[in-house]
Amino acid sequence: MSSSNWTADFLSRLSTDITVAEIDTASATLWQIKSHAWQQFAELAMQQNLRWAAGWAEQVDNRFLINACFEKQGEYILLRTIIDDSNPELPSQATVYPAANRSERHTQDMFGIKFVGHPDNRRWTRHQAWIEKNYPLRKDFPVQGTPVGITPPDMHYPFIKSHGAGTYEIPVGPVHAGIIEPGHFRFQAVGELILNLEERLGYVHKGIEKIAEGREPESLARLAGRVSGDTTVGHCWAACRAMEQTAGVIIPPRAALIRGILAERERIANHMGDIGAICNDVAFVFAQMQFTRLRELWLRTNATVFGHRLLMDKIVPGGVACDLSGESCALIKKEITELRKELAEVILALDLNSSLEDRLYTAGFLSEQTAAAFGTLGYVGRASGQDKDVRRDTPYAPYDQVTVKVALETQGDIASRLWVRYKEIRAALRLLEEFIDRLVAGELCSEWRTPAAGSEGLGIVEGWRGEIISYIRFDADNKIARFYPRDPSQLNWPALEKLVLNNIVPDFPVCNKSLNGSYSGNDL
Amino acid sequence: MLNIFKKILTTGVVTEPFKAPKDAELEQLGIEIKSRIDKKFSGSIAIRQVDAGSCNGCELEIHALNNPFYDIERFGVHFVASPRHADVLLVTGPVSRHMQTALLRTYEATPNPKWVIAAGDCAACGGEFGVSYASCGAVSNVIPVDVVIPGCPPTPLALMKGLLGLINAKK
Repeated sequence: MSSSNWTADFLSRLSTDITVAEIDTASATLWQIKSHAWQQFAELAMQQNLRWAAGWAEQVDNRFLINACFEKQGEYILLRTIIDDSNPELPSQATVYPAANRSERHTQDMFGIKFVGHPDNRRWTRHQAWIEKNYPLRKDFPVQGTPVGITPPDMHYPFIKSHGAGTYEIPVGPVHAGIIEPGHFRFQAVGELILNLEERLGYVHKGIEKIAEGREPESLARLAGRVSGDTTVGHCWAACRAMEQTAGVIIPPRAALIRGILAERERIANHMGDIGAICNDVAFVFAQMQFTRLRELWLRTNATVFGHRLLMDKIVPGGVACDLSGESCALIKKEITELRKELAEVILALDLNSSLEDRLYTAGFLSEQTAAAFGTLGYVGRASGQDKDVRRDTPYAPYDQVTVKVALETQGDIASRLWVRYKEIRAALRLLEEFIDRLVAGELCSEWRTPAAGSEGLGIVEGWRGEIISYIRFDADNKIARFYPRDPSQLNWPALEKLVLNNIVPDFPVCNKSLNGSYSGNDL
Repeated sequence: MLNIFKKILTTGVVTEPFKAPKDAELEQLGIEIKSRIDKKFSGSIAIRQVDAGSCNGCELEIHALNNPFYDIERFGVHFVASPRHADVLLVTGPVSRHMQTALLRTYEATPNPKWVIAAGDCAACGGEFGVSYASCGAVSNVIPVDVVIPGCPPTPLALMKGLLGLINAKK
């Protein structure tokens, strides 16, 4: 990747005691700095409006590599520092970037790295499945761990407390009332009004990063496809891109177009489900019934054309494991025409419904400033004026061949998040048509090349929830040494704590649904 | 308002006819009903769904059971908000260690007689995640399981057959 204007300008602004070693990797510009300047760098990055996008660590021999990924104007910088494992600590970036907060707590729990000055260094991913001072992602920690018969509940997590007459607490979860993933929410309320919400996630931590180690590319792609079941295409694509960039494998044009079709189909299926569910949470069942019907038809086409309703395992390292016949293309195009007609009718009914308007407008407000501060992504960010979309800003095949129209709203309420989704469905339908029209005959999968031991790569794609960043490092013999997937939910969850403030407790479900964070993608 | 009625009328009823599966059909789908179900339950079951660590793929398909095509409630199968109201626990995912106690407590809170369905490959055998420092693997490693519905994720049709197979299984 070439250096654009801002990177040169940025480097010139760094004070002379920060030395940056510029290293070109296959997929990103890597800047290496000394650990004492970790926070200082973040301060300048904040001044220069860089977005903090992801953070993770890895252990190589007796050293820790700490990484942070920044983005500005579609260009990504991978910032790295190396610290010795005898005294693993460095200054926190979370003091500068609230977005880095939970990521640093995750690194703290998984590696035992101390972020000095962190505003909230309570444990995050660790409950009671392993003991304090044990760190699962260190190389000497066995993948089986040393579990006890029954893992005790996480009883003594120090939640924020409220005091005062009339305030009370509502603990919710981990097992929720509906058919959803587990997590814990702790409300402080007065009457029906929410004063504070604290999320406690980590319940579905399955050790994805650890069990990724030692896998081969195909097996890793399968695992990536299960980081978050609703984003199976997105995560699988991001992980495969990371592996392909590392290995120097270029996927065939036909495979790229099919990946685009899979990703846009996933986006549409999820957005339809969400719009229905948002309306259902305010008891407007008509919309729920219509959208679940449309979603079902859409998934059935997935099954007919691609052989899987949710499109799992269709993206493989080097290309795709499915093809589109002329017949299938015609079927999809016909379906698109029908869906447009149906959507127009259903959306009109939604738009004209005053009781729906009453519940969705102004509720769950997320300001542009808060959205920017937390690096909020996808439809949540775009409903609060965050004009970001990897497909347009850092285009990759096949999006480099088309114009991606990015839906944007600035109201920041639940209604905005609903309308952004609707606009994205419309845009995705157009993209689907374009990709189908551009389909050329050709190979579906390129031959795999074993990457050199120690080589690394980033895969960045726009999943249906927003930007997904996947990091891969290879070991010898085609084996994975490190896999870190950053689901957009990791940055969107904190926004929920903010947008529910001053709403009433009964509106929490609809606020939550409007954001629809992935628990599994967050907990890993 | 009129456009809502118009859309409802033009959409019509999309719910599909469905026959309770025969044993052979269940076997073909890999659905395993380990114990025979009490006759008292024929006709209606209340289900508490518990995600014990899944990737959310299974939940999407369980949700689909309530869409107008499958409309599983017409068979007396309904999802309830509390294990105390449930006859059946429908459990997905490998059981993450962080969810182990929560699952055990949910099981204890469900009144007897009760049945447990493990839905999805992860719930059946640990799936892609297996057993590790963070995962207990299959649901049967934590609580007794009566029915296994495999699939990654199981399709709504497979889920429906497993559930109705449970209702119709006679002693």
